[in-house]
Amino acid sequence: MSRSAPLPLDALQLDAALQLLGRAGHAVGDGPRDAAWLQRVIDGLCELSSRDALTGLSNRRQFELTLDREADRVARSGEAALVLLLDIDHFKRVNDTYGHAAGDLVLQAVARALQECVRPMDTVARYGGEEFAIVLPNCQTAFGQAVAERIRRTVESRVVTVGPGVSLAVTLSAGGAFAPPWVRSSARLWMERADAQLYRAKDEGRNRTCIEPTAVSLVSAEEKSMLFATSASLPLLDGDPPVTASPREAP
Amino acid sequence: MTAPASPDSSAPRARILAVTSGKGGVGKTFVSANLAAALARRGLRVLVLDADLGLANLDVVLNLHPKVTLHDVFTGQATLAQAVLPAPGGFSVLLAGSGLVEYSRLTPEVRDQLLEVIQTVTPRFDIVLLDTGAGISEVVLYTVSLADEVLIVVTPEPTSMTDAYATIKVLATQQSRREIRLVVNQVARAGDGRGVAAQLQQVVDRFVGPSVGEPVKLALLGDVPTDASVRDAVKKRQLLVEALPGSPAAQAVAALALRVSP
Repeated sequence: MSRSAPLPLDALQLDAALQLLGRAGHAVGDGPRDAAWLQRVIDGLCELSSRDALTGLSNRRQFELTLDREADRVARSGEAALVLLLDIDHFKRVNDTYGHAAGDLVLQAVARALQECVRPMDTVARYGGEEFAIVLPNCQTAFGQAVAERIRRTVESRVVTVGPGVSLAVTLSAGGAFAPPWVRSSARLWMERADAQLYRAKDEGRNRTCIEPTAVSLVSAEEKSMLFATSASLPLLDGDPPVTASPREAP
Repeated sequence: MTAPASPDSSAPRARILAVTSGKGGVGKTFVSANLAAALARRGLRVLVLDADLGLANLDVVLNLHPKVTLHDVFTGQATLAQAVLPAPGGFSVLLAGSGLVEYSRLTPEVRDQLLEVIQTVTPRFDIVLLDTGAGISEVVLYTVSLADEVLIVVTPEPTSMTDAYATIKVLATQQSRREIRLVVNQVARAGDGRGVAAQLQQVVDRFVGPSVGEPVKLALLGDVPTDASVRDAVKKRQLLVEALPGSPAAQAVAALALRVSP
């Protein structure tokens, strides 16, 4: 095939894309339609396609990408990472009683509350209808329950005004699981484990958090302190042939 | 030494040595591959089985691009004989390959398949090294349970020592191991491994021995000094004992081989 001529940017049909970006408030500038401009259009579309339109959180597509990356990273680094799945309790009642517009306001308020409860490095996503998911990299296992509880309490205490003189509060249930360190697993298995905990939380009466139990550290503080005591006075191993790094002749 | 799930011992077969570490990134695969080459150089028939199912990087260390892996054997797409490949260094490898994500959980199928593979290969070799994954997951513990002997790779880092100690504790209590071999990797000076082993032994004597009612002995196989030539060899994707046999780390590994098989 012969080498094609450079792409004439004016020939591109970008009306639909520009309309989408304009509506979402993404300015791409009025400058010349050059490669830099096209890059801004593409970046804007990527950003748009990774966000949830109602809440502005990451959407499910973006979340799954993030979770895949995190699962791979944890497999090699051994770092603790938590995934939380959160579901607004009895959300259907809100929609049925106050209408879908009220439901949307509640979703937006919960989204804001979630975002406020976590660190900038964490990814909060709207996973499905009234279901949210958060991936927390580098989150120590000892803090898992505390993080989930902080989120639950924050949402519980938030009052949402959905109409003149109409305020309501919702609760949520959360399930969480830590990625297995040093083991290549899949994001899918990881989510399944968090989902099982979410079911447990719902089952046990809602407005609660369940984190999959992790094996408590096998090594006690006493053992650790002895392990790192100064070695100066320790006896050397006896009964073994002397150990050196120098090669010995084969017998 | 007990090996709870070890294969049939009536026929002459390879000694099975599990190489594990507790913590990842301490040079477990480096030790497995170079120890295998050093043993092969001494005339032994050696197989390294990449038992780090799902997170295998033995192929990277050996610069192999396997077409047939353990995964193909598990799924019936290849025979075991097709999957045992010659590696640089004069030994044989059985690589896990990618696509083994599903084996991160120990299902009865994975148990049976691993056991069958090991039983089939052991009559054909003198020594089989099981390069396990890091950590103490079910898969790792099961793989170790198939071995006659366990070798733990540890570095003088506190995190590595803690994880090695946790592994020793689990192996002593759950698998009745009474002797565990240690290789101390990345020591500042040759001989520093003794201090690390002694420190571990002291804590084992105090806490693990009394809880299992018998002494648990750590046998220091040797130490391997931190050596820039290790990184050079990895960059060239060559085995250290082949690429730079005169380097301090390569000589230390050769000394380990003598201890493994005098």
